[in-house]
Amino acid sequence: MPDSVLTPKVRLSWLLKMAWRDSRKNRSRLLLFISSIVLGIAALVAVYSFKDNLQRDIDGQAKELTGADLVLESRKGVSKAMQAMLDSLGDERSQEKTFASMIYFQQGGGSRLVQMKALEGRYPYYGSIETVPAEAAAHFQEGRNALVDQTLMLQYNAKVGDSVKVGDLNFKITGSITKAPGQTGIASSVAPTVYIPLTYLEKTNLIKTGSRLNNKFYFRYDNPSGVDAWVKQNEQKLEKEGFDADTVESRKEQTGRSFKDVNRFLALAGFIALLLGCVGVGSAIHVYIQEKLSAVATLRCLGLKSRHAFFIYLIQVFFIGLIAAVLGAIIGTGIQFLLPLVLKDFLPVEITMQVSWPAVAQGILLGLIISVLFALPSLLGVRKISPLNAIRLSFEKSASRRDPLIWFIYLLMLLFIVGFTHLQMKTWIQTLIFTASLGIAFLLLILLSKLLMYLVKKILPDSASYLWRQGFANLYRPNNQTLMLTVSIGLSTAFICTLFFVQGILMSRVTLSSGSNQPNMVMFDIQNTQKDRLDSLTKAYKLPLMNQVPVITMRIEEINGKKANADTNNRRAYRNEIRATYQDSLTAAEKIVEGKWIGKIKPNETIYISLDQRYAQQIHVDIDDKILFNVQGMMIPTVVGSLREVNWSRMQTNFRVVFPAGVLEEAPQFHVLMTRIPSSELSAKFQGEVVTKFPNVSVIDLDLVLKLLDDILGKIGFVIQFMAGFSMITGWIVLVSSVLTSKNQRIKESILLRTMGAHRKQILAINAIEYFFLGTFAAGAGLILALGGSWALAKFSFDAAFYPPLIPTILLFGSVVLLVVITGVLSTRSILNQPPLKILRTEG
Amino acid sequence: METILNIRNVSKIYQSAGQSLTVLDNINFNIEKGSTVAITGPSGSGKTTLLGLCAGLDQASTGSVELHGIALEALNEDERAAVRNQYVGFIFQNFQLLPTLTALENVMVPLELRGAKNIRDHAMDLLDKVGLAGRSHHYPVQLSGGEQQRVSLARAFSSKPAILFADEPTGNLDAETSEKVIRLLFDLNKDAGTTLVIVTHDLDLAARTGRIIKIKGGTVLSDEKTNDA
Repeated sequence: MPDSVLTPKVRLSWLLKMAWRDSRKNRSRLLLFISSIVLGIAALVAVYSFKDNLQRDIDGQAKELTGADLVLESRKGVSKAMQAMLDSLGDERSQEKTFASMIYFQQGGGSRLVQMKALEGRYPYYGSIETVPAEAAAHFQEGRNALVDQTLMLQYNAKVGDSVKVGDLNFKITGSITKAPGQTGIASSVAPTVYIPLTYLEKTNLIKTGSRLNNKFYFRYDNPSGVDAWVKQNEQKLEKEGFDADTVESRKEQTGRSFKDVNRFLALAGFIALLLGCVGVGSAIHVYIQEKLSAVATLRCLGLKSRHAFFIYLIQVFFIGLIAAVLGAIIGTGIQFLLPLVLKDFLPVEITMQVSWPAVAQGILLGLIISVLFALPSLLGVRKISPLNAIRLSFEKSASRRDPLIWFIYLLMLLFIVGFTHLQMKTWIQTLIFTASLGIAFLLLILLSKLLMYLVKKILPDSASYLWRQGFANLYRPNNQTLMLTVSIGLSTAFICTLFFVQGILMSRVTLSSGSNQPNMVMFDIQNTQKDRLDSLTKAYKLPLMNQVPVITMRIEEINGKKANADTNNRRAYRNEIRATYQDSLTAAEKIVEGKWIGKIKPNETIYISLDQRYAQQIHVDIDDKILFNVQGMMIPTVVGSLREVNWSRMQTNFRVVFPAGVLEEAPQFHVLMTRIPSSELSAKFQGEVVTKFPNVSVIDLDLVLKLLDDILGKIGFVIQFMAGFSMITGWIVLVSSVLTSKNQRIKESILLRTMGAHRKQILAINAIEYFFLGTFAAGAGLILALGGSWALAKFSFDAAFYPPLIPTILLFGSVVLLVVITGVLSTRSILNQPPLKILRTEG
Repeated sequence: METILNIRNVSKIYQSAGQSLTVLDNINFNIEKGSTVAITGPSGSGKTTLLGLCAGLDQASTGSVELHGIALEALNEDERAAVRNQYVGFIFQNFQLLPTLTALENVMVPLELRGAKNIRDHAMDLLDKVGLAGRSHHYPVQLSGGEQQRVSLARAFSSKPAILFADEPTGNLDAETSEKVIRLLFDLNKDAGTTLVIVTHDLDLAARTGRIIKIKGGTVLSDEKTNDA
């Protein structure tokens, strides 16, 4: 026999032609199958494009973010040597002192804690402080003027020309700030900014011992090319003096880095939508190939080789996948214009949206890989279709489960998921946790659906009416949709519910802390001389003195005899300023977990201090370790006597370092006082009097903070829900695709039932029962996963109790079930409205 | 006469639910080139399985099948597919037209698989011979059962096969259409000089062939020449 007989050449052009011919009448169906991935691709392209645009804008606007070529910042005082160095830097200099302070609106009478910026010099050198009127920023330093945050002015109904009291001085508001360098919408609503000229700061009398002051020095260089090198050269010296350096380059990196996490989250949310779509693609292609069994068998009889049959369907999936990917990329490019609107309050730069071709290419490539990869297990089965199927169904079952190539494809899928997740995550641990969580969720949903099928089969009573029996039987009959719908709807429900619950956990954590018997106002920076007078004022307003503690600022000088430069692995311990207190007994929020609590000591006795156990871990110290503290110049040697577990969520002042009574009483200190004010009117009146009589005392209105927090969480929640929406819609597309996939089978069943005399209503009822239980089970399974996941997150991540909100949970569950039933029943109605014979002929 | 199909000691055993099921047991016969043969037998006798083995759609558990001088048991599935394409034609009970291809495209497929070019005219000629030239661009769903089987005949003869296997070719047709299709089948076969093997229940149809092999319980019950031989 000539070789040409055994190896006839099948040209690629013919395979392409056959793929095209074979797809006739199926293209819209194929597109629907693949459309499951469109939204996932769209979400990822949108996120990637947004990331590219944001990075480009950060790069382009980094100078405006920094406002100078070099920024040196310190919370410590400036030494003479350092001052000499500062005076020698740059071609132009500005200085700013930033601190928290109260202001009082003279005309409206309201008071508010703000971020006060006392500025001297022409800062910002790049970009501007945008004000209304525009010239106010350039001229406010010429007199006793203030620039006040626009939102704050609106809140307190203040106008340009009004007066605002800052400490002992009144300032004229000459402009409202609409934008300051590097400030986001969220930052300005949490801590609204007020600028005053630095020359007046001293006269305000706001700066006292222990005040938390941030000194910033801004430098402009005619030639800034050497700035980064200078910072690197002087790194150690700056660190020793307690200075941080910020350059245009470092700000670029820092801003980009902080948005990496946001982008990671957004990309993972998109990826979950894409994975859901993949489940849809895999399942739909499986059914599609099943329907092609007869055609493939015929072609095999006519002499088509198995690999060529496989290529025909691979080509179809490739091109339909390409179309879906391109469609996803186009939609994603459109959606990217929405992301800046969703995230606008968190963005430090003006976003200029452009089509990001790398993101589009990435999305299309991803779509192609995903479509082909998840279709491959079914496509490979084409190779195993026996020509015998053309004359009758084969006796022997397909050997696809034993096909090593299938297992290789499953391995590729796993590698793809792990690889893609790793690209979004920081570490392998995170990658594995994410992948394992997804895998466990998939596995649990698969097991739950198998359990449902088993239970329905076993429990369904014979006495039940036919409609119920048929409806339930549809859940476990051959080619049922139970598994696929449980996984896709269950996973999307689980995802949405988890995000919803986590948002709730965060909110309840904050809300719980502000219960009716908890303080809702904190006053701090109270000087020794003011303490008794402020107590009296508080009592005069009939307000309780709920928590009154002294605060002393200090630094760690040595740990077990080692100074910062010798203890290089523990720099953090020496770097930060510590706010400590002294007390003779433990508070309700504290519990000793190790060592012995010593509340009071006599002079010359060893000073046993108590540390928060987490803080002790962070700075690598344990019981009996020696710590030398620098309390504003005075060295105090101590020994770690005990470790405490501190309930930080309790609304009271908590401290990482607690000294016993008898040591720090004479050290420079300020006091914190907490109280509870029953009404906002009384709060405004009390705050007004505090600001007038004790200008340096800062007041935090916790009700206002909670409202702000609620607002921020609401905005974050919206971003999360926006991304979760992709999964929800994808889940629905998978549902529609799945319903249409089984349409042929349903048509045959419906026709059979109608031929035997079933009413339309009865058939609708059977389908409604099936979809109701599918929806109930899938949504229930998703909800169980979400409850389990949220409980675990609450317990292990947030250290909080988890109480799922009952009514929203029921509403969410009901909506999913309703959606499944409506989609399922509507698809059946289109079949029932046609006469049986017409459908029979159409479906051929 | 030259032998085109040589079946020697062929058995087919299926494993089902852990048990062995012998469908064909030690079958032996030859078929000469250009002859017409009917394989008959009751349902479940193994005749369709035998057709599958003869046409290289499946492999025998034991024994040998030699088609056009090629020992099929030595070939893998893809090589058998190539042999089918080169030497074998099929007619199926349920027509097995590809539903997404037009009548003309269905007829062209076997030749296209060989890589042949300019085949449209040849395919149109065949459709003309079966009386469907005017319906060449119709899809199977738009054709009646008889028309679909005629397209199937045109497809079977399009590649000028050495041997043609017909599995219950009139099983899905009414008596009148069956008669027309059978007449057409024998006419085309005569013109082409093809070896024709028909698997059928229909004894009248079997009687129109030159030889009848009766199968029962997986064994050859009788192998007789008919009066038409």
